Amino acid sequence: MDLENQARVKELAEKYGAENVVVVIGGAEAEASGLTAETVTAGDPTYAGPLAGVQLGLSVWHIVEDDIKAEIDPAVYEDQVSMMEMVLDVDAIKEEVSTIREQYSKY
Amino acid sequence: MDFAVVRGVSYALVHAPSLLVHMGTTQTVEREINPDSEYLNQFQKHLRSYQECVAYPTNQVYIGNMTPVQLAAVDRPWFERPVADASRYGKWGEVMPEDEFYGLMRIADSFNLVALEESFAKEIAARLAESPIWNDSDAARLGDGMPAAEVQAILDGGRAEPLYAGDRLVGCVKAAHERDRALTAHVMVENLSTKASGVLALRHLIKLNGLDAGEIDYIIECSEESCGDMNQRGGGNFAKAIGEMAGCKSATGSDVRGFCAAPAHAMVYAASLVQSGVFRNVVVVAGGATAKLGMNGRDHVKKGLPLLEDVLGAFAILVSANDGVNPVVRTDAVGRHTIGSGSSPQAVMTAIVLDPLERVGLKLAEVDKYSPEMQNPEITEPAGAGDVPKANFKMIAALAVKRGEIARTDIDSFVAEHGLPGFAPTQGHVPSGVPSIGYFRDEMLAGRMRRAQIIGKGSLFLGRMTNLFDGVSFLFEKNEGKKDEEKEDKRAEAGEPESRGELRKIMADALREVAQSLVKE
Repeated sequence: MDLENQARVKELAEKYGAENVVVVIGGAEAEASGLTAETVTAGDPTYAGPLAGVQLGLSVWHIVEDDIKAEIDPAVYEDQVSMMEMVLDVDAIKEEVSTIREQYSKY
Repeated sequence: MDFAVVRGVSYALVHAPSLLVHMGTTQTVEREINPDSEYLNQFQKHLRSYQECVAYPTNQVYIGNMTPVQLAAVDRPWFERPVADASRYGKWGEVMPEDEFYGLMRIADSFNLVALEESFAKEIAARLAESPIWNDSDAARLGDGMPAAEVQAILDGGRAEPLYAGDRLVGCVKAAHERDRALTAHVMVENLSTKASGVLALRHLIKLNGLDAGEIDYIIECSEESCGDMNQRGGGNFAKAIGEMAGCKSATGSDVRGFCAAPAHAMVYAASLVQSGVFRNVVVVAGGATAKLGMNGRDHVKKGLPLLEDVLGAFAILVSANDGVNPVVRTDAVGRHTIGSGSSPQAVMTAIVLDPLERVGLKLAEVDKYSPEMQNPEITEPAGAGDVPKANFKMIAALAVKRGEIARTDIDSFVAEHGLPGFAPTQGHVPSGVPSIGYFRDEMLAGRMRRAQIIGKGSLFLGRMTNLFDGVSFLFEKNEGKKDEEKEDKRAEAGEPESRGELRKIMADALREVAQSLVKE
């Protein structure tokens, strides 16, 4: 995960409280999405960024997961995400991100 | 509308393993923050030899010795399938070895910043003199070099970057100013590499297409570096600097920047300048980026792969007035990602790919081939970025599903029919659309292809000025012949007087008479 984004997530979690922050990932690939989810929950696995060793335990989801999809106006989802739903390996992404969430999310 | 045509192309690579070691940002940053890292201990064992780099199938495709379609038939991993009869030179250019490239950097250096060790300079002069792009004035510019002790003394002064050929110190590049951070030795290596590789591509373009360099009247440079000083960091102008080294005495020019989308923007500018009649022959040229050498090296080393990002990429494309033969750049079907388009992939692809087709009444399936970001997947997949061109083709197929052109079950067959394997080095601007233009042009001239869409996309957030995405596209199409010429031909066949030619002759005679009478007066 981009070091700049790690810094932003850390700052937002400190400002609003980790329990009030939800991270929605838009990654195109399961492994990369899983790494992002891991970074904002268990800490940066590459130990390169501001979240190295920082276990924020944030609530983290991917935009293609059903619970998040249900929160979004279907017309907007159709307009912005439906094309990518056809392109991405949605099942692999759901599996990867939910596994990390169940393991490390505290909220 | 008389569209401009693509009259010629050139594509060149420079094998740059030592520049990868000393200039690639993945390596320089690692040395700065983690000098004893496992990666730094290991990575040089993963460098490829020049022969391996030349024989790498994607590199042979880039310089025109293989087609992308032939590449698709080669099993992966490609780095384990060297091309048996691989050649340094291709239909569109070459893969230049690093040591000769240092010579070219010295030739392209106008401020005596590149210092080469004398025995090395001698060796390189002999080899470069055999090159098809060697100019008579190059020997004087290359010079005799200097003793090794002098090169060392410059380096000891602390304001120079070393140039290595493997373990051998062969020269250095000096800082161009005492304090200016825009002119440090590091920046000068970057910029001279961009300039010299741009010169390599432009000289090949001129040579391979039998052009008179004086015909070129405008140059648009669209690489990813910027040259300037501390008072104007991106002042420019690579375009004229490159043109000067290729003998383009009649040309002026300027630089266009837009991250990876810049070449597609530059092609639209070039086509517009020619179509409007402002200039007749416009060259779009770009050199390579040393910073990106070995960019994904950590992942490649971790996965036991060679360091595949060991080349600088360059290209040059000549856009000229319609000759009725060469494929045209359709400026009536330019796709643009506007400020209001939105940044979701769907919004981006709709704006760049679909909207321009709808504007001219075409369906997605009526474009034979798409050329989006053509990165070599063998480089990007180990780094977690997936197969970038394939992802783009799938997105285009998904748009076709949404429009009811194809069934959802046909996505894979659409991708196979309208896509190509990625074969471009990850040199930022280089993969974005333009590497396929040479192949498409050949196919169109041979009558095997009608229409392609060239797509450039750019990640503007990297510059931290905006979160907007960017992209631009254009249709590249077989030339159907000039309409008025066809009419003339038919008229001639029917034995009618050639009205247009005759009119021109009458006008020319009249003007000549007027001119002569003025001279007499």
